[in-house]
Amino acid sequence: MRGSSLTAARSGLMSCHACHQLSRIPRMSIDGVVICPRCEAHVHLRKPNSISRTWALLIAAYILYIPANLLPVMTVISFGKGEADTILSGVKELIHAGMLPIALLVFFASITVPVLKLLTLTFLLLSVQYKSQWRPRERTVLYRITELVGRWSMIDIFMISILIALVKLQAVATIEPGAGAISFAAVVIITMFAAMSFDPRLIWDNIEEKA
Amino acid sequence: MTMPHLVIACHECDLLHRLHSLRYGERAKCSRCGAALYARKRDSFLHTILLAVTSLILFALANSFPFMTFELHGRVQQSLLSTGVWEFFERGMWELGLLVLAASIVFPFLKIIGMLYVLVPLEFHYRPWKAALVFRMVEQCQTWAMMDVYLLGVIVAVVKLADLAILVPGVALYSFVALIIALAAADSALDPHEVWERMEKIR
Ligand SMILES: [Zn+2]
Ligand SMILES: [Zn+2]
Repeated sequence: MRGSSLTAARSGLMSCHACHQLSRIPRMSIDGVVICPRCEAHVHLRKPNSISRTWALLIAAYILYIPANLLPVMTVISFGKGEADTILSGVKELIHAGMLPIALLVFFASITVPVLKLLTLTFLLLSVQYKSQWRPRERTVLYRITELVGRWSMIDIFMISILIALVKLQAVATIEPGAGAISFAAVVIITMFAAMSFDPRLIWDNIEEKA
Repeated sequence: MTMPHLVIACHECDLLHRLHSLRYGERAKCSRCGAALYARKRDSFLHTILLAVTSLILFALANSFPFMTFELHGRVQQSLLSTGVWEFFERGMWELGLLVLAASIVFPFLKIIGMLYVLVPLEFHYRPWKAALVFRMVEQCQTWAMMDVYLLGVIVAVVKLADLAILVPGVALYSFVALIIALAAADSALDPHEVWERMEKIR
């Protein structure tokens, strides 16, 4: 599609996040809130307080990431003996059981994705704050991927929910979810919110300021 | 206030684009950052409605039949799709219970019902009450309905239990897999721009 060289903001317009409808920026305040004439959503020129909100959520996620990995996510109790599993030991067990493809899947979803997501968002925030001119298109793609893959980290939580539903034979074997599961779920959800509150248009605003 | 629809701003970099009318099956991408701008879909309303009805039936099946049966030392344990949620609640971990309930049952349901609530009346040229609000909610459900992720959780759990016990998938599990496919198909048939445009015409 052929594009102009103007952004909506430069033309005095802002785009509705829900339905793409363009509205005029109100004269009074530059970040004034307008109700979208088409879908009645609040329209903002940029996501409100994007940088500080994303930082706050990101820092909360970093802090919770520690108990999420140190505390057990579940304990398997068989014949009265309990064995606690953390996220990482769960992956190790799958490798020992010879389930390499599944182990890789869990490793990717529960360890690689959350770490990369936290680091990517940190990088994007810093790049916007330092008004970086470096590869805006690649940074936008990075953001798009970050937003898409986040939900896949929930695999471990759902797995626990299925295990506790199935394995409840009192004397023989039961499974108890651990506090690590709550922290881990919180990390995933908070980073999802962090990704949502980051506004990729800020990357491009810096490019235009220079131009 | 209202601007002509031919002009659209990229959601990810704010660049303005003049939209020429697209042919069916064509999609427009942002010329600067590559984000998807707009795609025209043939018979979007009809296909989406049919797939959403299918999804609703599959949803009912997935939530009423046994999900999986677990057999260990001759003892049989049957579970439903929602059993895990109640197990979390029983252990006082209501945060996780709510999370699993929302991601695997509530949001998928809201999404199906919301689609039907907005699209069926619009197809008959009637604008339902709070249509805009409901349709915005439908689009939000996208992120939080995680049935596909849940299915991977099922696969990992099955692999973990494979040499411990005998697992038999139930009707609900098959319906659940079909539901994921039907809902994904409904999603790709849905053309939000057409929904907003029709909503705007009937006012
Ligand atoms: Zn709108
Ligand atoms: Zn763009």
